[in-house]
Amino acid sequence: MIILVVFIVMALILIAAAIYSIMHRDLLFAVMGTGIVSLILSLFFYLLQAPDVALTEAAIGIALTTIIFIITIRNTSRDEDEIIDKENEKL
Amino acid sequence: MKKVFIIILLALIGYFLVDTVYNIPFGENRIGSIESDHPTVAGYYLSNTVEKSRVANVITAIVVNYRGLDTLGEVTVLFLATTGIASILYRRKEEEEDVERLNLPSSMLIRTGARVLFPIIALLGIYVFIHGHLTPGGGFQGGTIVATGFLLMLISYKGFNTNHNIMAWIESIAGLSFILIGVWGLISDNTFLGNIPEVGKLNSLLSGGLIPIIYIAVGFKVAVELTGILDILLKIKPNK
Repeated sequence: MIILVVFIVMALILIAAAIYSIMHRDLLFAVMGTGIVSLILSLFFYLLQAPDVALTEAAIGIALTTIIFIITIRNTSRDEDEIIDKENEKL
Repeated sequence: MKKVFIIILLALIGYFLVDTVYNIPFGENRIGSIESDHPTVAGYYLSNTVEKSRVANVITAIVVNYRGLDTLGEVTVLFLATTGIASILYRRKEEEEDVERLNLPSSMLIRTGARVLFPIIALLGIYVFIHGHLTPGGGFQGGTIVATGFLLMLISYKGFNTNHNIMAWIESIAGLSFILIGVWGLISDNTFLGNIPEVGKLNSLLSGGLIPIIYIAVGFKVAVELTGILDILLKIKPNK
């Protein structure tokens, strides 16, 4: 019973973080949202008895992908509107 | 009209999604066994791997032994990705001088923490890929964990430089040893990447024949490649 409640709460947090990362205009916050999604997903894999996949998700999803996105944001612009403006200027 | 079409399309996709998920018998034993009337591949792996491959972790046996050629392909894909990123973004020595890796120097808290954590993270990663045939994880996971340790050092210390020559050598030797082990299997077992499972006893570090050696090679290769990608990415000059 308690495991079911934990699963439902985790799933709700996962969906909320996913929607947050899609909706947010600031790309840095959006990347943080994807990091939270990966964290919860990795916990899910662990609880569903797939430790191999959980390890992969933890190492690649939480650490590496997030960092590579952050490096990319640092080298471009942080706000989505700025990027759209720049694209319009080029055109 | 367009909106109605979109709603109909969404309803169709939703119907097929729900229909598919609803028909999955959750909680049932769908792995099966080779003794039943309908023997399955998964059942074969579960009942034969421990005897034949002498590996405690069945997933490792599947990844490195039964599906070894796929793993070789995955390693090649990662190698090609690194080569692509390096060929586009790598800077030569003369240009490197004026490249600042970070806009701001990191705080003392991060630097001290990184110095304490780096050996522990590296040790955990090496443990994961050396014990790939005994515990969950393996070459890819362990290599990624080691790369995260290097990432911590790269973002904490400005002076922390990775030697690309040594990294290229480690990568080449690891990749070559994977292929050579495969050829060894071809000679001894008549199949590419064939195993010699009689070596060592089950559940000990020296077991599984060639599987741990392949996973150690994969671990080194993945760690070096991902560290190289991160190092190259962190050296790009922000255009601000």
